[in-house]
Amino acid sequence: MPDHHFEPKIVAFFCTWCTYTAADLTGISRLAYAPNVRVIRLMCSGRLDPQFVLAAFHHGADGVLIGGCHPGDCHYQEGNYKARRRIELLRAVLRDLGVEEQRLRIEWISASEGEKVQRVCNEMTEQLRGLGPLPLDCPAAPAEPAGAGEAR
Amino acid sequence: MTTMTKPKIALYWCASCGGCEEAVVDLGEDLLGVVEMVEIAFWPVALDFKRDDVEALDDGELAAAFINGAVRTSEQEEMARLLRRKAAAVVAFGSCAMHGGIPGLANLYESEDILDTVYRQAPSVGGSEGTLPEQECRVAQGELTLPAFSASVRTLDQVIDVDYYLPGCPPPVGLIASAVTALVEGKLPEKGAVLAPDVALCSECPRAATKPDKLLVRAFRRPHEGLIDPGLCLLAQGLVCLGPATRAGCAAACPGGNMPCTGCMGPTSNVIDHGAKALSAIASVLDADGADEIAARVAEIADPVGTFYRYSLPASLLHRRVRPAARQDKEEVAP
Repeated sequence: MPDHHFEPKIVAFFCTWCTYTAADLTGISRLAYAPNVRVIRLMCSGRLDPQFVLAAFHHGADGVLIGGCHPGDCHYQEGNYKARRRIELLRAVLRDLGVEEQRLRIEWISASEGEKVQRVCNEMTEQLRGLGPLPLDCPAAPAEPAGAGEAR
Repeated sequence: MTTMTKPKIALYWCASCGGCEEAVVDLGEDLLGVVEMVEIAFWPVALDFKRDDVEALDDGELAAAFINGAVRTSEQEEMARLLRRKAAAVVAFGSCAMHGGIPGLANLYESEDILDTVYRQAPSVGGSEGTLPEQECRVAQGELTLPAFSASVRTLDQVIDVDYYLPGCPPPVGLIASAVTALVEGKLPEKGAVLAPDVALCSECPRAATKPDKLLVRAFRRPHEGLIDPGLCLLAQGLVCLGPATRAGCAAACPGGNMPCTGCMGPTSNVIDHGAKALSAIASVLDADGADEIAARVAEIADPVGTFYRYSLPASLLHRRVRPAARQDKEEVAP
């Protein structure tokens, strides 16, 4: 049952050329959006390693948002297509691992679409608020380290 | 031989199939050389030593304990902890101990559902009483106990501190031999090392030369769907081969046998989550741009988790299928 006071944490990976610039525009235009989103700037959505998404979930994110240039507009020609392929395959894996579809979202947002950043961030925050936290169940490190030093 | 005492080693199995034990036997005549160099103090599958014999050892008396298999029951956990105490070095032996292995795919299911399937739903189960194994059971002769069945499969290093890793399903014989030799000669690398080469499988694949510069796959197919060219790069033939994302060390045994790599050697050292890296590698050779086209290609990959996390689900960043929070309260299933 979703906690009434639950505030979702969203990690957003934005490409520097389009979506990150759009997020800047959102700020410059004084369009407030949900403070639940933590933005990480990438040079390109094609840099997004699926491990980043899983690591975000592992470390407590309730949702991951990826923002790149519109198809055909990638600064590096085809990075956003690479992102799209990886995310679609990752989505198939996450579905079988019981992670709700709404927790991973990819959006094409150009540098001029400050309002879209606001809308997407707010929408996703609301959706996750309804879903509740992602209840991962990862084991802690072994309780009795034998030797000196930290076990990985 | 001199009268110098030989280093003692132990071999143990947890949740595994027995293939790792078979790999030790596969040393063949070299096994005699190993027995010359070390004294086997405990090896339940082959020698008649008991748990008491291990408990009688001094702490750290064993030079090494080679433990294969993932950890699912309280008995496996107890034995792992006992061997950890008795051994100077613990080697996670094989894919299951290292990353969870095939038994780790049980993390896609709830333990209650597994017990229900095995003891109630399976067509081969006789009788209709639906009896489940109980941890404690009173009979006329007294109380009987069984090990507890934990909620998830864990890797060995999620239970005890591990010094070295020997990957593979099972580990290749050559790697086992060099690990034992390094142990006896005191030439083991730094703690935490994986005792295998740290490059991708493609580097030793006999088909590597036929891998196109720009690899593009228009459609995926499974090994039984059509003939496989025995010389050509398997990825170029549309087979999901995990070679680009998997560690070398097996001499590309599967591609050599006309089957795609399924990733049993695990990833190279700079990868955290093998499945994520493997799916990234496969996605990047997909020749599709449009959303529908990509979805169609993705649908051609049967069982994505079983394909990309075949040996590593418990070691992955998500560890298991997400369970509704309500079912997580119970740490262990007491049927």
